[in-house]
Amino acid sequence: MPSAAYLLSRLLQIVPTFLLVMVFIFLFVRLLPGDPAIAMAEAKASDQQLAEIRERMGLNEPLAVQFGYFVKNTVTGDLGRSILMKRPVAEVILERLPVTVYLSLYAVALSVLVAAPLALFAATRANGPADIAIRGLFQVGLSMPVFYIGLVLLTVLGAKLRLFPVGGYGRSFIDNLYHLALPALSIALYTSAILMRNLRASLVEVLDSEFVQFARAKGLPRRIVLTRHVLRNALVSAVTLLGLSIGNLMSGTLVTETVFAVPGVGRLMLEAIFARDYPLIQGLTLTFAVIVSLTFLATDIVQSWLDPRLRQA
Amino acid sequence: MSAEPILSVSGLSVRFSKPRPLAHQLLGHPRQEVRALNGIDLAVARGETLGIVGESGCGKSTLARCLAGLVTPTEGEIRFRGERLADLRGKDRRAYNRRVQLIFQDPYSSLNPRMTVGDMLSEALTVHRMRSGSGVDERIGELFELVRLPQDARDKYPHEFSGGQRQRIAIARALAVEPECLIADELVSALDVSVQAQVVNLMLDLQDRLGLTVLFVAHDLRLVRHVSHRVAVIYLGSVVEIGPSETVFSAPRHPYSQALLAAAPTLEVKEGRKTPALSGELPSPLAIPPGCPFHIRCPYAAERCRREKPALLPHGGGLAACHFAEEIAAGTQPVRKAEPQPA
Repeated sequence: MPSAAYLLSRLLQIVPTFLLVMVFIFLFVRLLPGDPAIAMAEAKASDQQLAEIRERMGLNEPLAVQFGYFVKNTVTGDLGRSILMKRPVAEVILERLPVTVYLSLYAVALSVLVAAPLALFAATRANGPADIAIRGLFQVGLSMPVFYIGLVLLTVLGAKLRLFPVGGYGRSFIDNLYHLALPALSIALYTSAILMRNLRASLVEVLDSEFVQFARAKGLPRRIVLTRHVLRNALVSAVTLLGLSIGNLMSGTLVTETVFAVPGVGRLMLEAIFARDYPLIQGLTLTFAVIVSLTFLATDIVQSWLDPRLRQA
Repeated sequence: MSAEPILSVSGLSVRFSKPRPLAHQLLGHPRQEVRALNGIDLAVARGETLGIVGESGCGKSTLARCLAGLVTPTEGEIRFRGERLADLRGKDRRAYNRRVQLIFQDPYSSLNPRMTVGDMLSEALTVHRMRSGSGVDERIGELFELVRLPQDARDKYPHEFSGGQRQRIAIARALAVEPECLIADELVSALDVSVQAQVVNLMLDLQDRLGLTVLFVAHDLRLVRHVSHRVAVIYLGSVVEIGPSETVFSAPRHPYSQALLAAAPTLEVKEGRKTPALSGELPSPLAIPPGCPFHIRCPYAAERCRREKPALLPHGGGLAACHFAEEIAAGTQPVRKAEPQPA
């Protein structure tokens, strides 16, 4: 297991990451053409109203002081009020977040369930007909954009065969497995294609390495060679890839949630962008950043558990 | 050879078919075969060290992998104490896997980076049910002592050791199951020269104490001379000369052995070269020349060598596969004129 010192040092690394993210978000609003007061105010606000807003928002203070306020507010959970929803941003996001988290984890679970057995199957038959067929099939999956796969699934499995609902969100955990099947599958098809290729390649490499040959030569049963020696070594790069693809997946939810009418933060982001709801955009960007950073943290911890060489960081 | 051989190989051939891309298949290119081994005959006696030398690509490692059971020979057979390896099934096969252990060249890729040294050793012990419970721990302690590793190595991972230490871990892992025969494939070639002697001497010491049979595959001739009782010289997957170490090194019969020895660096200052240096590259094992496989590069090659493959026959104290072994040893075989090298 990774040592406490490693975990602590890795946790401390998150602090500067978050600070940097906040600097970017803070500057992003200030760099937009026009001034934030106009963006925040009603369309017909008078000069005096604008001045009041500036005073209230602290926009007359020096930039550094403003940033201080921003950090303080963010840390205490005050992300401002959404212009679109007319409610606190934090409240809106917390309401929608579980849907997206559910969908993402569902998609990740599906991709792993599809990719891992197929990669193992293909790698142990490297360059045989089965391997070539599997790789070819996934190449097709990889070449199609997620929204296109989504629309095809929607038309065929949803509208024509009526196997799954075409959109929406269910009421319970089990219900959602059914309701979110199509969006999760359309994300998973793409992610699993990348994952499958990567895992297959590292499996082939590890299968050929001398310690695996030795394990075989000493007469270790095949199943134990595969699990103890091969998989554990091949998983390291797949875990990295999975972590990175979760980051990708977050931006993917913008499209998927819109196509399948899933009420998550991805669709919320799109709505906020169209409505120019800056506080909401800020809050959502921060949320995405936090999720991605935490995913990377989790990835690093899993990796250091898998690979003792990484523990001394 | 006086004693009954513990491990013997006869007519061993290994051919790999080269993967042919679909485009080549469509264009009707013929399937290509790599002939890694072409009819190897060898026998090793109990307690003996047989050195196996040759250029890179001559099939040394394939031979080692065949003996470890990792590569199935295309033709020929391997016998261990008179029993055919191909006939061993189930329990007997597992016993063979225990009795014949392989040590790889690269101590970096031959140890699983995710396992502690203790786990590696105990895996070997439990797989063959050599020990159980506290017996495992005890045996691991013994092994560390045997290969001179500190006892705290148990909970460490391979990356925490140096190359020499890693190779000693590999030796400990092979010795864990009390094998009778060790196949050392380039045991020390990946190590610093200063560490090489340490590891080689450790192996020789262990061989004495445990009565091991060792197949020492290497390309370093001086090292092989130092460790081996007998030496086999391999060229393009065939044994060209085999004999007692001193005979092969002091009076090589085969022109290839002579060339190898002449090419090895020595400290003595020689007046010119006695034997012509080897010219040209090792031919591709995809297209092995007809007749004597060495005739293309041989300074003594005559017409007969182009047509007829020489058999391994007794010459001097050992066996050599050369039509003119006696003449060459006597210095009466004319050296052919250097043919113009193709540009």
